[in-house]
Parts: sequence; structure tokens; C-alpha cells
Amino acid sequence: MTAPMIELKNIVKRFGSVEALTGVSLTVRKGEVLGLLGDNGAGKSTLVKTLAGVHAPTTGEVWVKGKLCNPWNPLAARSAGIETVFQDRALAPQHSIVTNIFMGREITNVLGLIDTKRQVEEANRLMREIGFTSKVFNPDSVVGNLSGGERQGVAIARALYNNAEVIVLDEPTTALSLTETQKVFRFVEAVRNSGRTVIFIGHNIYHVYDIADRFFVIDRGCEAFEGEKAAFTGADHLISMMHQLAETGRADVNSLRRPQ
Amino acid sequence: MTVIIPEPPKTAIIDNRREQSAFRRFYGVNGRAVNSFLAFIAVWLFFASQNWGLFLNPGFYGAYLFSIPPSIIIVTAMVFVVTAGEIDLAFPAVIGSGGGVFMTLLIWGLPVIPAALLTLVIGALLGVVIGAIVVYGKISSLVATLGLSFFIVGIVNFLAQGKNLELRSAVGTWGNEFFVGKWLIGGMQVPNHFFIALIWVALMYVLFRYHRFGVRVQMVGDNPNSARQMGINVERIRVGVFVLSAVSATLAGIILVQTANMVWFPLSGKAYLLPVLAALFVGGTPVWGGVGTIIGAVFGALTIGMIPSGAVGAGFAGFWTEFIFGIVIIVTMVVHRFSGTRLS
Repeated sequence: MTAPMIELKNIVKRFGSVEALTGVSLTVRKGEVLGLLGDNGAGKSTLVKTLAGVHAPTTGEVWVKGKLCNPWNPLAARSAGIETVFQDRALAPQHSIVTNIFMGREITNVLGLIDTKRQVEEANRLMREIGFTSKVFNPDSVVGNLSGGERQGVAIARALYNNAEVIVLDEPTTALSLTETQKVFRFVEAVRNSGRTVIFIGHNIYHVYDIADRFFVIDRGCEAFEGEKAAFTGADHLISMMHQLAETGRADVNSLRRPQ
Repeated sequence: MTVIIPEPPKTAIIDNRREQSAFRRFYGVNGRAVNSFLAFIAVWLFFASQNWGLFLNPGFYGAYLFSIPPSIIIVTAMVFVVTAGEIDLAFPAVIGSGGGVFMTLLIWGLPVIPAALLTLVIGALLGVVIGAIVVYGKISSLVATLGLSFFIVGIVNFLAQGKNLELRSAVGTWGNEFFVGKWLIGGMQVPNHFFIALIWVALMYVLFRYHRFGVRVQMVGDNPNSARQMGINVERIRVGVFVLSAVSATLAGIILVQTANMVWFPLSGKAYLLPVLAALFVGGTPVWGGVGTIIGAVFGALTIGMIPSGAVGAGFAGFWTEFIFGIVIIVTMVVHRFSGTRLS
């Protein structure tokens, strides 16, 4: 059996005396769309930032494709093939689309001088590939002048460069219009069809239910339950379990259907 | 592996924005440099119109070219510091310490060029210390470099016992000529250190616009969290800008000693603090970080540097100088603010 794409083993993350993650173990399989759910303050964003390498775990191990990653930082995550579209988009608003796409990963020669021409070509190709084109902007346009959906497009184009194997989308549909949300969903489908792995974090459980193959729910810093889509009777089932979790602190996992 | 293109949305998105013209785009990227150039021309025209004969005579500019290089060298490095979202108030102290180290090495018997190179290395190390204290001590750079400035001046004064250092025998040596030797070009006395400043500006320009370091400085200043999330070592970049600033101030210190005929004063850097900062902001680098312009900063330094002698040459009494400084700074800041550069 091949090693899973990502394996988080017993991740604990403390900020001073606050324990944001109290021992999360998460396995992400190749080619799946994993929906990551949890209430506000459950530790979702800490978990995402741990996946992205922004937070190094206080204790616990990160394994990617069967290899232990140490040290774990944003650079290590990106070179391991994990790209993250952050909730805040992580853009430099005073700079051009192309500079943003190549942020932290400039195409340079041995002296460190940037190959501007190639970067613009690559940015053009990438933007065409994901259907992110317009007559009003080009790779040199300043990101701060773009709309919310267009900024999301820049962040997604950046995540796609270098053929990342895992794409983490943190709340990708927040603050987007209906059409822009549709675009993001089509994009997730396209990425899945190309054999890549997607981790999708969302507030809107209906959205996440439609798009994901498997769900991982965290509560108060640790795993509450997880299940394949087939284990649920529908989005309402998942929602009722999450309600139960919020009210009583535990969900009735016996209600999940056993795989036949 | 190529991505399958998602279907375009069925409903057309109404987009009323128009494509920017080529001029708008050029101005969007270079507007601040253009404005600084225009400010320089405006100030020159204002002075020259009072006394065309003097201002069209190339001989008038010899002293100007002799005194302006240290400001140009420091202000272009300061563009990196302010673009990264920091400020370095310790550079006047580093000018003093750089000149002092250089002079001491000369007195110990080193020739000018090796002494200058060694001084630059020591200046870079001092920059590492300043940067490390600011960045890893997590102190506001405004406060930290202010404190370090007093600290460095104190050490220098203690070591020098408040006295000048001088070595007249080094005047006119080959190495000294390398720095301050003069060429008569079109009736203008052009000193070598002006050419050194030009080479420095070219280096800074390429480093800022086309090198990974400069671009990352801009990313860190624009949005440090984003830069960190994208794997940029934000701390290392921040220490880097303080090293660059210290190296520039040290080079300026080495030049100042030589332009003063190999005499070093412990407080020789003090006069540069406000003119350099004024030149930086007149030059169009905004205070909020993320963007900056090397060419603009050079014109800023040329504008500010011209005011004292220009005012006198135009027949204003000396005490008008500060008044003119004020007018120039305020007017150019307002122009920069309303020129709608980059973010419209």
C-alpha cells in the first residue's frame, strides 16, 4: 500500500498557555477532496496553518508521502508540494499579479536576478489555463485594484504553479459573489479530475458537503469525528451531527452508516 | 499535468472598467520617480531664474558634485529600509564609526584601498548587530535605532576621547586619488567619488527592481504575513536591509574622511540625519512601506542637496534655506499623495 499523501501524527500546538490543537491525527489520501469542518475557534485555522507550515507543531510529526518533514515551515511545505490558498489570500496589494504569483519563488538566474520575461510568460499561461483572463487586467496589473474574486484567482493561480500535489483552500468562497463561488467550485472539480488532492475548509456546510469526498470535523482542538460521504445520509445528517456536537460536546457517531 | 479549463460562467459578468492606457501603466509604476524628477527641475528652475548666468555655468556645480555623493549613497540604501517597513536612525552614528575605523586602520599603516574594504566588512558586521537587535529583539526600529545611535556615538566618542583623527601623509596617495581624484569634464570638476556614487546607484537599482532580495524586501514591506506564509524568511530580509544601510553609511563615512583631506571628526555623520530622510520622502518613497523608488530617491537627494548652495546662489539670505526646505518637502509630499500612483 502506498503511503498517504499527508499524515499528521498527534499534533499539539500551544500558544503560550492556550492549547489550540490538543492532539490531532489526520490522514489525507492522494486524489481525494477532504472537507475540513469545525465551529469558530475549534482550531480549524490553526490546523490549516500547520498544514501550510506557517505554524510548526509544538509536538507531533508531519509526514508527507511517507517521509518525516523536519523542520516544518512554509518553505518545507511548498517544496513538499503543498500549496495553500489562505483565507486572507496572502497577497501583496501594492504589487503586480506576476510578482504575487512568484512571491517567495521567483524565477532567477544564479546571481539571483529575476527573469521578468519568463515570469510574465508563465503567469500568462497559468492565468489562461484556469480561465482567469480579462481585458481589464494583465500580469502587470496591481493586485490592489482587482475585485475580491479576481484576487482569489491570483491566489489560486499561484497555488497551481509548479504542479502542486496538494492544494489547501481555506474558506475560498467567503466574500465571493454567487458566480465567483461557482467558479471556485468548477476549479476544485478540475483540480480533482487532474488527480490532485484538495483540502477544502468552509463555513457553509452545504458547499463543503457538495464538493468533498470525506469529512473531518474538529472541535475544541481535537478530532470530533470523520467519515466518508457514503456514511452520511445527506448534508442535513452532517449538519445535525455538528449541532449535536456544539450542544453536547459529542456527536452520535453510531448514526454513521457502516461501509458495506 | 495540465489543469482542465473550467467552463466559463453562463451569465456574463458586467465589467465597466476600462483597460489602462500605456501611459497610465508607465506612470503607475514609475510615477513617483517622475514626480521627484519634476520636483528637482522645478527647484532648479526657480533658483536659476534668479541668476541665469551663475546657474548655467558648469563651474558652479563642482562643489555640488563634491558634497552630494554621501547623501546619494545613503538615501538609496534607505529606500530598502523604509520599503521593508522599517526605519534606520542609526546611520549618522555609523557614518562616524565607519570613518573612525577607516582612519584608525590607516594610522595603523594599511593602504587606503585595503583599509576601505576592511572597514566596509566591519560596517556590514555592525549592520548585522543593529538588524539582529531590532528584528530578533522585536523592538520598533524607530526606537531601537535611535537608542543604538546614541550608543554607537558614545562608544566612538569614548574610544576617540572626543578628538579628531588625521593622517595628512595619506593625502594624494594612489588610494586617496581613487576616491577623490577630480576630472575636468565640460568645465565641471567631477570627483571620483561621484562616479562611485553612480555605480552604487546602478547596483541599488538592479538590486531593488530585478534581484530576488529587492523584490522580497518589497513583499515584506507590503504584507509581512503574506510574505511569511509564502515561505519568505521575513527576519532575514529585515536584517538584510539594516546591513545594507550600515554598509552605505560606512562607505559614506570613508568618503567623508577623504573629502576632508584625511581628517575625521567623531560627529561627522550628524549633519546627515534630516537631509537624508527629507531626500528619501521628497524622492517619493512612501512612509507606509511596500514600494519605493531608487531613481526617485536620487532626485530627492539632488533636490535637497541643491537647496543650501542654490538659495545662496540665487541671492537669498542664508536663513531662507530652511524655509525653502519646508516648502519643497510639503509641496512634493502633496504631489506624491495626489498623483494616484500604483493604487488608484
